[in-house]
Amino acid sequence: MNRRFSWFNATSLTLGFAFLYLPILILVIYSFNESKLVTVWAGFSTKWYGELFRNQAFMDAAIVTLKVAVVSSTLATILGTMAAYVLVRGGRFMGRTLFSGMIYAPLVVPDVITGLSLLLLFISIGLDRGVGTIVLAHATFSMCYVSVVVSSRLVSFDRSLEEAALDLGCTPWDAFRSVTLPIIAPAVIAGWLLAFTLSLDDLVIASFASGPSATTLPMKIFSAVRLGVSPEINALSTILISIVTVGVVTSSLLTKRASVRRQQQERAAIAEG
Amino acid sequence: MGNTRRLFLILVPYSWLLLLFLVPFAIVLKISLSDSALAIPPYTPTLDLSAGWAGIKALFADFDFENYAWLAEDNLYWKAYLSSLWIAALSTLLALMVGFPIAYGMARAPEEWRPTLMMLVILPFWTSFLIRVYSWIGILGQNGYLNQLLEWLGLIDEPLIILNTPIAVYIGIVYTYLPFMVLPIYATLEKLDADLLEAAEDLGCSRFQAFWLVTFPLSRPGVIAGCFLVFIPVVGEFVIPSLLGGSKTLMIGKVLWDEFFANRDWPVASAVAVLLLLILIIPIVLFQRQQQRQQEAEQ
Repeated sequence: MNRRFSWFNATSLTLGFAFLYLPILILVIYSFNESKLVTVWAGFSTKWYGELFRNQAFMDAAIVTLKVAVVSSTLATILGTMAAYVLVRGGRFMGRTLFSGMIYAPLVVPDVITGLSLLLLFISIGLDRGVGTIVLAHATFSMCYVSVVVSSRLVSFDRSLEEAALDLGCTPWDAFRSVTLPIIAPAVIAGWLLAFTLSLDDLVIASFASGPSATTLPMKIFSAVRLGVSPEINALSTILISIVTVGVVTSSLLTKRASVRRQQQERAAIAEG
Repeated sequence: MGNTRRLFLILVPYSWLLLLFLVPFAIVLKISLSDSALAIPPYTPTLDLSAGWAGIKALFADFDFENYAWLAEDNLYWKAYLSSLWIAALSTLLALMVGFPIAYGMARAPEEWRPTLMMLVILPFWTSFLIRVYSWIGILGQNGYLNQLLEWLGLIDEPLIILNTPIAVYIGIVYTYLPFMVLPIYATLEKLDADLLEAAEDLGCSRFQAFWLVTFPLSRPGVIAGCFLVFIPVVGEFVIPSLLGGSKTLMIGKVLWDEFFANRDWPVASAVAVLLLLILIIPIVLFQRQQQRQQEAEQ
């Protein structure tokens, strides 16, 4: 749709983005507030960042969270890519409907239910709860997101490319590695990033799945925030927001550059051919 | 694909999901039919596999619907279910009213702006959910930024009480779930053929009529998808009511959490979970049907 951009459109975009960004902006600004009273501005200071880094409990939680996120998102990416491949290229097999149901269900089941059910499983089989069980829980729900992202890419690409590779004498594994994987790579990377942020972000499932030995950053933030606004949490939020912003902006610039380059190559190939 | 390779590819994710998604649900169902007890784990009967078949039979003999009867008798639970559905419905409507103009503005913006606008909508979605909810505590509190601003403007004499009321919950939900509403609507509006609007105007429609008779009906798939994407997760929402809602806001996700962590009543918590899932199955199935129809229409 390419039509007149009216005053109404401009106003709704301005107000809409103000609504989306003002709360975050205020949070970032007040993280540099000198005063302990978070809602009263008392001058610029970075002291809460210092306090934050000296707070051992937060640092420990941050390390646990990072470990869980890296391991669970990697597991989720492998499992999710396999699941996507099976769903799109696997043809018919027994229980396929159940399989695709199990892929899509975790996307809509409320976190409290997923968390509760996993906890009850871990207890029934006598698994010690801690970092390991959080990893299992996160890998399970984020593999579904990965598989949705990867399968949408698999659906859209031309299957004859794989078949050509097979005809030219590639083994199925070689065909996958040298044809399929490079094509779906952006989706796989996007899936990993999505799984990673989902894991960083999750409070509810981690609270159920973890035991006394492991506390993640969201769990720590949640218990601190229940007591009200604190400048340290503002500082922590600012750091997390900056990391995510830099990551998302970089990755979107990279994909944009990659697609420009691909178009150039295609044009060059057509010109030569 | 070779046969063993294919089998391996299917079996690994399949058994992972069976073990970590389906089996846990069976366990929840089982515990919801058990009695609570002062034991570890705090319910009975527990499955005694060493007794073999007799153990399984004893397990089934002890099942009853006591917990469900309890849920039906106690006002708290069905009030919480109803109030969750109501809050979810109203906030979905609010998110639509806020989100549609944004999506519409994005679709009409010059083409070179659109990727940036898209990124601006998606970016908050990648930022921690918890932090985004938390940011409103400072704004809505009694000495919060909003009250400070309104007092400074001379609009109010006494601070407004917003935090720890359902209003704060609505604001929090609309704020955090807005991208889920905007993106599907934008996707349908962006594909809309501009010629249709021109035709409508040529045929004598005013701009408003053209919007109402052409644009809005054609954006329906996006609107429906957006509404489901907001409504379904909000029914079971826990973080927003517990941080912004105070004790006055009753939502079932919070009841489940308290039942489990505070009261340690696992059978009742499990029964709450099973019922919540049963309630959500209707919108979930409707949503999947709509998505399938949408995909078929596009192919």
